[in-house]
Amino acid sequence: MSNEWHLQKSHTFSPEVMAEIRRAANTGVYSIRGFGAKRQLPNFDDLVFLGASMSRYPLEGYRESCGTDVVLGARNASEPIHLDIPVTIAGMSFGSLSANAKEALGRGASAVGTSTTTGDGGMTDEERSHSTKLVYQYLPSRYGMNPDDLRRADAIEVVVGQGAKPGGGGMLMGQKIDARVASMRTLPEGVDQRSACRHPDWTGPDDLEIKIIELREITGWRKPIYVKIGAARPYYDTALAVKAGADVVVVDGMQGGTAATQDVFIEHVGIPTLAAVPEAVRALKELGMHRTVQLIVAGGIRSGADVAKALALGADAVSIGTAALVAIGDNDPALDEEYRAIGSAAGYWDQYQAGNDPAGITTQDPVLASRLDPELAGRRLANYLKVLTLEAQTLARACGKSHVHNLEPQDLAALTVEAAAMAGVPLAGTTWIPGKDETDRESD
Amino acid sequence: MTSLDLSTGSLRDVNAALQTAESGEFVITHPQGAHALACGLNASVEVKIEGPVGYYCAGMNQLATVLVDGNAGTGLAENIMSGSVTITGNAGQSAAATGHGGLVVIHGNASARCGISMKGVDIVVGGNVGHMSAFMAQAGNLVVLGDAGDDLGDSIYEARLFVRGSVASLGADCIEKEMRPEHLEFLTTCLTESGMDADVSGFRRYGSARTLYNFQPDDVDAASESTERSDG
Ligand SMILES: Cc1cc2nc3c(=O)[nH]c(=O)nc-3n(C[C@H](O)[C@H](O)[C@H](O)COP(=O)(O)O)c2cc1C
Repeated sequence: MSNEWHLQKSHTFSPEVMAEIRRAANTGVYSIRGFGAKRQLPNFDDLVFLGASMSRYPLEGYRESCGTDVVLGARNASEPIHLDIPVTIAGMSFGSLSANAKEALGRGASAVGTSTTTGDGGMTDEERSHSTKLVYQYLPSRYGMNPDDLRRADAIEVVVGQGAKPGGGGMLMGQKIDARVASMRTLPEGVDQRSACRHPDWTGPDDLEIKIIELREITGWRKPIYVKIGAARPYYDTALAVKAGADVVVVDGMQGGTAATQDVFIEHVGIPTLAAVPEAVRALKELGMHRTVQLIVAGGIRSGADVAKALALGADAVSIGTAALVAIGDNDPALDEEYRAIGSAAGYWDQYQAGNDPAGITTQDPVLASRLDPELAGRRLANYLKVLTLEAQTLARACGKSHVHNLEPQDLAALTVEAAAMAGVPLAGTTWIPGKDETDRESD
Repeated sequence: MTSLDLSTGSLRDVNAALQTAESGEFVITHPQGAHALACGLNASVEVKIEGPVGYYCAGMNQLATVLVDGNAGTGLAENIMSGSVTITGNAGQSAAATGHGGLVVIHGNASARCGISMKGVDIVVGGNVGHMSAFMAQAGNLVVLGDAGDDLGDSIYEARLFVRGSVASLGADCIEKEMRPEHLEFLTTCLTESGMDADVSGFRRYGSARTLYNFQPDDVDAASESTERSDG
């Protein structure tokens, strides 16, 4: 046996870094993939709930009620959205996902009284019919955008940016542009579609304000209008979205998933979800709009603990993408052999752009797509959403709250100095919030 | 004929009256640059607007015939689906942006980004169009009787561009293409339909070179095989 103790691994040029250099050298094209940021980032795990103690009175685990419902969009819309749980399904396009996957998301979300969202590529009849509450995305590409779908949606989400790529446009690689996807997007089959990163007919918040008026005029001022931003400058972007007339602001942190984006974008643009929430809340509070304009937070939400922590920091609801895909079968260990056959492994699969997903989720291949049973997958998603809700309720009750929205930053402590600074809650066991002195805190 | 006066009625009332009508003729007076006027129409109504309009006039039009006697701001007839929108004056930026169908006729000039991301609409401009017109244009026809500004048809897909005057510069992947008999035929019909008078033989056609349709990875390891994909 050879002695390898003298081999010293470089942290700067790790095996992964060198593999990427070789890949780049071999192809001359940047790496494009799906999924979200993979590197370690400050996140909700760096926060803990304090629970009840001498000065706080907990609620009984199962018996005492703890509300989870949320109303979105009552600021200007005559038909706001009522959700039973504070977890929604984020916008993921038909095109990036198979029709069966979209149906599964609709079935699962509807079963537990929450909404799903269309995506870059328009609305399909299948997703409309399987989603009791459907949010229609209004994106720069305007693929498949038409006023009939606008009118049959339950809410409209103007997409300014996405956490995985604030400042970047959409991508859908040629292998996923089959005849149906191509015709919905008015594109030739098989092109590597790169959709615009800016809206074609407005620039900046003053224009957006007029755009929102147009959308309201076309839908009779009935539908809530959301504005989705990638977390970059959440304080300013939230304030400007409110000024432009948004009923709901969606803030998507840098961990947020994507169907296809340059890896360099996924890993290096935007700020973590944890850092974005308090900034968005600060903007809403300063404008006197907290809870009047609702805040939906997305990007790396995995558990009821994440949900509860986002709400405690001031969000009204959260939105999930990747976790919902995992719940319906993405990266399933049962498919490990198949993932390995295409150069990946269960738990690592991120080639959503490739179109050869053995789980039948991120594909337009009819044979692969038919592997996903939308009813079973829908049940799995409904179960998962129930667990997220039960977990959030349990944590809220432990903090003595009769509604998950009563959770507050004072229920939290941070485990790291970074998280304390970002979340604006004290480092555990101290009264220290980096960046804030005692007088700041008293005025909060 | 129903007359609606925007100096006394609200935008909501005027739009609601137009949006709920199943047929008929309407005249809107005193538009005074109102935004989002006559948007979201969805029936064969005829609407004449007497004066200038603001952003997104006749936005997302379906079936209706809208005539603006004056100038229009940004996003005239944006995302038009069908029907027609005609304007006697000039149009601001992004006229007929993302239009999926129907006809937009601008008798004056159109500013930057005319026909941006167009998806099937026909646009006829009597005067000039500004820079970045027909950016990422996917389908439909842009006909310009005057000149086109910089970067015409940048990143264009399958839309056809016809310009009679000069083109300051073509954008990425946009090239001049041969005028074939079917194009002259189309122009003749289109100009007649839009009430424009011009000799079709003076137009030149531009469209996609289709070199940006797919990423072109090199494959050094498999040097013997060509990885170039061809696309039609
Ligand atoms: C497969 C896939 C497709 C997506 N498509 C869109 C889209 O069309 N429009 C959009 O705004 N966001 C899109 N997103 C981002 C999600 O809406 C959401 O912001 C993100 O997934 C949230 O982060 P999470 O995946 O960590 O939950 C997509 C995400 C995934 C995973």
